[in-house]
Amino acid sequence: MTSPAVGIQRVIVYEGPEALPFEAAVRADLLQTLLGRGYAASLRRAGGRLVDLGHESIVVLGRFAGSIPDWMQRGVEGVDLHVHDIADRTIDEAVGLVEQSCQETGRGTANGWKPWFPVIDYDRCTNCMQCLSFCLFDVYGVTPGGKITVQNESNCKTDCPACSRVCPDVAILFPKYKAGPINGDEVNSDDVRREAMKVDISALLGGDIYAMLRDRSAKAKSRFSKERDDERALKERQRCLKKLKEDADLDIPADVLASLPSLDQIQQKAAAAKARADAAIKQNQANAAAQSDA
Amino acid sequence: MSSPQILYCHCAYARVVPEDVKQDVLAKLCASGQSFDGVADLCEMSAKKDPSLLPLAQQPGLKIAACYPRAVKWLFAAAGAPLQNDVQVLNMRTQSAEEIADELLNEGVSSSDHHYEENGQS
Repeated sequence: MTSPAVGIQRVIVYEGPEALPFEAAVRADLLQTLLGRGYAASLRRAGGRLVDLGHESIVVLGRFAGSIPDWMQRGVEGVDLHVHDIADRTIDEAVGLVEQSCQETGRGTANGWKPWFPVIDYDRCTNCMQCLSFCLFDVYGVTPGGKITVQNESNCKTDCPACSRVCPDVAILFPKYKAGPINGDEVNSDDVRREAMKVDISALLGGDIYAMLRDRSAKAKSRFSKERDDERALKERQRCLKKLKEDADLDIPADVLASLPSLDQIQQKAAAAKARADAAIKQNQANAAAQSDA
Repeated sequence: MSSPQILYCHCAYARVVPEDVKQDVLAKLCASGQSFDGVADLCEMSAKKDPSLLPLAQQPGLKIAACYPRAVKWLFAAAGAPLQNDVQVLNMRTQSAEEIADELLNEGVSSSDHHYEENGQS
């Protein structure tokens, strides 16, 4: 399925000239339903513009009392306009018309992906490439200009904020995370000090935090396999994973830990990621040296 | 025609914004008599580099009801749609619906507004 963002780009609840207003409760319910189903939705009253946000495909819902305004019927140049009179429709029926327009344009509804991915605060980022070295899932990349960037958002593991926990500059946000500063709340000096300590801990463990995670996860699995009581074994495994999460302090979800690849694969991926980071750092240093020479 | 300069994010794909705050802010906007733009989830639009973020971001005097201003700023930037310096971001994760609606719908600027300065910090 595709997102409505690439098909029907916006639904406009229209109460401008030549349309009757909705009752307040109906208006609020309609907008809430549309937004909840993944549509961008706008309310347009008298004086509000219908199209100038660059949308090419718009659904207009209004109470036109049986007569859609001529100018809407003629359409708007460059815009695929779908106008529906919903004067006698329920909210479900009105939303059904929007979905029908989506189908007619070959577009579906929202794909249900929870948009979980890192967002870089470039006011704080020092381009150290630690996130690139750390991430096993190719979420990060480097721009042609040598700048760290998020290049594969959908590769990110839902609810895992681990890369933000290893960032020494508290520059990685996950806007849907539960707590600050990772959720975008202001960064204070304690946050910076705490993050720096985590990096030191990682270094003390030999810098290979994945090997540590894998080793502990394997021990937890081994203990699990020896248990005869399934319920007790499950509790033990959950306890081990919880301890692992607490010890490493990276807040990695249990399902992500449990799905880590083999140690060999981890080492290969980590080595490849580190090589990319080192290459980017070297290139940036060379560029900086060339600039200072010039 | 005058342009609506209010953007409301419904944060549809997570439960990090209190449901009652989201609903109350939306209800107050709907009852206000003003036009506004709503999006299902700014995070999703940012991840998809949705081109409609750019014209939204370029509106002068834009007021956004969403989450933390630092997150909102970099979500737009990540989509290639940097916000203007005069944008005002209201945080539905920490502020009350009444406070947010007041600030969205009133012309004045209060002490709790988050405006971006030249260096981009809120």
